[in-house]
Amino acid sequence: MSTEAIPIPVAARQRTRSRLGKELTKGIIVENPILIIMLGLCATLACSTSATDAFGMGLAFTFVMICSNVVVALVRKITPHQIRIPVFITVISTFVTIVDYAMKAYTPLLSRSLGVFVPLIVVNCIVMGRAEAFASRNGVAASFMDGVGMSIGFTLIITLLGAIRELFGNGTVFGLRVLPAGYQPFLIFILPPGAFLVIGFMMAAQKKFFQKGGAK
Amino acid sequence: MISQDMGLFLIFLSAMIVNNILLIRFIALCSFFGISNSMQTSVGMGFAVVFVMIMATTISWLVYHYLLVPFDLLYLRTASFILTIATFVQLEEMFIRKMFPPLYRAMGIYLPLIVVNCAVLAAAFLVIDYNLGLVKSLIYTLGVGFGYFFAIVMFAGIRERTNMAPISKSFQGYPIAFITASLMSLAFLGFKGLFGL
Repeated sequence: MSTEAIPIPVAARQRTRSRLGKELTKGIIVENPILIIMLGLCATLACSTSATDAFGMGLAFTFVMICSNVVVALVRKITPHQIRIPVFITVISTFVTIVDYAMKAYTPLLSRSLGVFVPLIVVNCIVMGRAEAFASRNGVAASFMDGVGMSIGFTLIITLLGAIRELFGNGTVFGLRVLPAGYQPFLIFILPPGAFLVIGFMMAAQKKFFQKGGAK
Repeated sequence: MISQDMGLFLIFLSAMIVNNILLIRFIALCSFFGISNSMQTSVGMGFAVVFVMIMATTISWLVYHYLLVPFDLLYLRTASFILTIATFVQLEEMFIRKMFPPLYRAMGIYLPLIVVNCAVLAAAFLVIDYNLGLVKSLIYTLGVGFGYFFAIVMFAGIRERTNMAPISKSFQGYPIAFITASLMSLAFLGFKGLFGL
């Protein structure tokens, strides 16, 4: 998060229409929030013990990310530059509270297994980072697209991570048995070290297969 | 898990080693990977986190038990905690700059970064979730802070070595750091069950 004063580029608004598609797709691979920008790791690693948990976290994150991006883009002109960070935090924490209470009411089991990580979305650096780096300088439509793209990228990676860990650690994916019943599960994949191990290999694979084509 | 009727030392040990905030609970990983490139910055960040964490937990504990609970405002928990902590870190920075210039020079640039360090907010939430009293909350937070310090300094030491090791190209940089963290986490997992924690 940069703290230096950067004026909002006016010309950016005229160009948004042609860029909307690009804003959407860049979050998925080229600027994937987890693998490339290395943000939001805490939630990613902690909430990926099973594919279901991971997907739930992805959905909660999607809601907060899109809503806060849109609201930040709406208020960006009336927010004095000096107090923008507290304003962003307030906006984000409002949506996080909504998600937290909604999950407690409708999906109590998921809410219990995600635990402290739902309120912690508030300090999830992806949300804050996009608010500061993108939504505070771009129009509502572009910010919405950026939010959608980042959320897809996040949900994709966290669900993949959850599925891999669940597959090896429990022999199931989304609770459905995939490997034969005689499979001896590697418990370590569900435990904390497994998360670090799998994400390390995912990053190495991403580096090997996607960064050659001049992605960055 | 931690509860109100545990002894102080057990709470401290559990927070610091058995449930190490970085390696077992996965909180504050951004700073863990982001600044552990050099030993010096890790030590600076470690001290800053311990310091801010103790202050922030005290304040948010007081806010929760003397403002939010009596006025039935529990739904403001997330918003009020993060704002209190952010404001407080700013105040603290100004205070240290004025009163203790050497200390400020030692950890000055890390103080603003701590606002977005989830460990501080997480500790504040966890002591509320575990329903701890003020003294036990402080001991718990101290344990969490030392656990952070301990893990990040060790990790920085290992990373200084792996930076010089011959590693296959796709694993250089962050991937090998994650594998290292995985092995450290495995070692910490060995403490599970210590003193029945």
